[in-house]
Amino acid sequence: MEALDLARWQFGITTVYHFFFVPMTIGLTWLVAVMQTKWMRTGDAGWLRLTKLFGKLFLINFAAGVVTGIVQEFQFGMNWSEYSRFVGDIFGAPLALEALIAFFLESTFIGLWIFGWDKLPKKVHLATIYLTAIGSTISSIFILAANSWMQNPTGAVFENGRAQLDNFVALITNPFFLTTLPHTLAASFIVAGGLLLGVAGYWWAKSKPPVAMRAEGSDVPPARSDGPVWQAAAKLGAAVMVIACVAGIGSGHLMGQVEAEHQPAKLAASEGLLDSSDASSFSLLAWFGKDSDGNVTKTFEVALPFDGLLSWLAYGDTGATVQGVNDVKTEFAANGYRTWDGTQWGDGTSLQSGYAAELNKAIDPIPPLNVSYYAFRVMVGVGLLGLLASCLLWLRARKAEYPRLTKGWVALMVSMPLWPMIANFCGWVLTEIGRQPWIVYGVLATEGAVSPNVSTLEIALTLTLYTLVYAVVAVVVVGLFLQQIRKGLPDIPSDTPPEEDDDRPLRFAY
Amino acid sequence: MIGMFMILDVPTPSVLQVVWFCLIAVLWIGFFFLEGFDFGVSMLYQVLSRKQPEERRVMVNAIGPTWDSNEVWLLTAGGATFAAFPGWYATLFSGLYLPLFLVLMGLIIRGISFEYRALRPTTRWKNTFDWCASIGSFVVALVLGVGFANFVIGLPTVAGPHGEPLLPTAFGPDWLFPQLFVRDGSPYPLLGGVMLVVLFVSHGAQFLNLKTEGTVLTKVQRFAPLAAAAAAVLVTAYVVWGNLAYPSGGNPYLDGVSLAQVARWVSGGLAIVCVLLAAVLLKAKPGVAFACSGLGVATLFINAFVTIFGTLGFMQPTDGGPALNIVTASSSPLTLKLMTIFAGVLVPIVLGYVIWSYRVFRKRLSVENLPPEENAVTGVPSDDDTTPEPEPVVAAESAVVA
Repeated sequence: MEALDLARWQFGITTVYHFFFVPMTIGLTWLVAVMQTKWMRTGDAGWLRLTKLFGKLFLINFAAGVVTGIVQEFQFGMNWSEYSRFVGDIFGAPLALEALIAFFLESTFIGLWIFGWDKLPKKVHLATIYLTAIGSTISSIFILAANSWMQNPTGAVFENGRAQLDNFVALITNPFFLTTLPHTLAASFIVAGGLLLGVAGYWWAKSKPPVAMRAEGSDVPPARSDGPVWQAAAKLGAAVMVIACVAGIGSGHLMGQVEAEHQPAKLAASEGLLDSSDASSFSLLAWFGKDSDGNVTKTFEVALPFDGLLSWLAYGDTGATVQGVNDVKTEFAANGYRTWDGTQWGDGTSLQSGYAAELNKAIDPIPPLNVSYYAFRVMVGVGLLGLLASCLLWLRARKAEYPRLTKGWVALMVSMPLWPMIANFCGWVLTEIGRQPWIVYGVLATEGAVSPNVSTLEIALTLTLYTLVYAVVAVVVVGLFLQQIRKGLPDIPSDTPPEEDDDRPLRFAY
Repeated sequence: MIGMFMILDVPTPSVLQVVWFCLIAVLWIGFFFLEGFDFGVSMLYQVLSRKQPEERRVMVNAIGPTWDSNEVWLLTAGGATFAAFPGWYATLFSGLYLPLFLVLMGLIIRGISFEYRALRPTTRWKNTFDWCASIGSFVVALVLGVGFANFVIGLPTVAGPHGEPLLPTAFGPDWLFPQLFVRDGSPYPLLGGVMLVVLFVSHGAQFLNLKTEGTVLTKVQRFAPLAAAAAAVLVTAYVVWGNLAYPSGGNPYLDGVSLAQVARWVSGGLAIVCVLLAAVLLKAKPGVAFACSGLGVATLFINAFVTIFGTLGFMQPTDGGPALNIVTASSSPLTLKLMTIFAGVLVPIVLGYVIWSYRVFRKRLSVENLPPEENAVTGVPSDDDTTPEPEPVVAAESAVVA
């Protein structure tokens, strides 16, 4: 392996790993904020106990997200110095603003939330978790604006041998950004809703129904069950998931249409379409290889029997031509990068047209087929099944009486945290591997972006150590998660008014 | 090495380029002032309370609410460098690859330690994470100290494949990794690393002196003057050596500016005086003492940033090779303008709520102030039976039915 391959593996491993924590942070802060709000509105201690438990899980996750996020900001300069030099005029600003606006907000107010239970007025304390949630959401706005620019470099021109900012508004109205943001936020809420369902399912099944606890005519006061609390949590989790799945599927569809227009190669690869066709149907299963000339071949394929479905999905028109891998390749070799209808080409203002004279047309513009194809299918499949499952669970949880859960229901609920992780993983694999061979789409190739003076040995060393340390962190995080979940809902100390005594113990400490 | 009186033809920076250089300097200085005492406190776990986990818990909780926002100063400095001076970011980060990796590793193992240490009851678990915090803090302080000393000396550049300025390859024959610690026979960078570790330990002790009570405070008050004295000696050596051996005349942006050398002596001298004042005022005026300590850290880095003004800590080639400086590394005027507007609006807001958060957590902490450990094993003898009696707990809603 060469430095380039190792640097790509390093980016892939550290980024995918970081993104296990990110959506959980974004989604869970909002859900914890909602739980705390419900507690303050209703005075129902059940919501406070849920706030405390999920707040704890959120913090375990948040710590891992923070430390793995530092690597993200620094590795552009470390491993991809040519990229950084080329794009810094545009790409650096969102990273700087993310730190200045989002990270300060998030980190300051999470500290206030953790330690502020007995130091801040209740409403101010509630505001701190909302500000944390806003911070983590703003963070996603900036980072997705930056990533969307890599997918479709709007608002930039080629000047002084690099990409330079030309139009800030074009940068933040990039169609990739406008569709990726809701898609990623939806994914975050799916993750958080899934976690809520998983934990609630585990405890709901373990809790005795409230009726059985009330021994008729007994002198012993009835012990109450946590079951209803978990039922309410499950209802919230399922409702969040239903809405987020619908939003995720809708925004995903829009993303596909934007991708079809600006990244025909990614669409062709993720659909496994070799030859351009009108009224394309939707491929379900296939396998691809390469012949001795480097041309893509299809070993087998199973497609849905609906002509025009793919054309409709991509362009809203069942008769639209969808470009195949072979045509995209021929077109690129002849004319360089073009959008689907060629209109963006040659208007003389975009980075892509400005860079055309420098573009290496000998490059193969097609991303790896099998990876793109299956990443897309698994993501969509899991998303659709997730919608179905969350609808069923919502119907189950919203019942007025307390439903007992059979083993099948419990297994489904407990598995709910897992599926969104898989879909998120596949989504980013499609986005980033599907972007290949480009690091800035249609402009800078990934192979020309790597740091020229960092040796293979150095990257191999750091890749090994990152992987080892991340693996240890993963074991610790999962262990702590399971430990906290098994402890269940915490008991709440009596709500005595704080005395004005400097020596009284804190309500919370590490 | 660039001669002391050689006048080089360097491009004149624009106002916004100077503004952003200063802003990045402010972010670094803010980071060292604030996170410096966090690093120091974590190193002090092992110095003051290696055998007393309950005291270490006080120290963790003294920095607990604010360490994360203190770290953001570094991230913002990194992001601002990327945005305003992409050439600086690209050359520095790829060139100092392994040192930066050490910083990241240090920040990772330290960053998880605060949250995770409390989640299991055993002393062994807590010791493990406290060691992570101590080692991580030590490594970051050491490497950054070595790094800044290298910036003061000036890093060399060579032409890359596209004529861009790069640091010579880290593992190449010209630029061995140990060279960072001892440059051309001069252990000045090594001194910088050791100095920063000791300075942060002293700064951390000052913070604990302000924020703790009881046994921790007693230990801190005994230890802090020693740490401050050691820090003052090292800072003195560092400043005098740096100002004499690497004078501002070597920097073409400052060549002929006698004010620059004056500023270096004044800021360096203030750093020494402040660190010593902190030791003297320790008991009588802990707040003033801490402010002095912070001012010492700040002025020390003002000295460094004055030294690298314009050159960004890179030697300016005399042979027509690619130069990396405040002009060639910079972003376009449009980007700098937009960023300036954002920063002008946001920085005051950020400073406002950061200061407010310190006000909220201004109380002193002692072992008696801490609540019983949430994750203590109750009813089972644990090897960590130092926690106070749990306060009476009333199940507000119900007991957990398992």
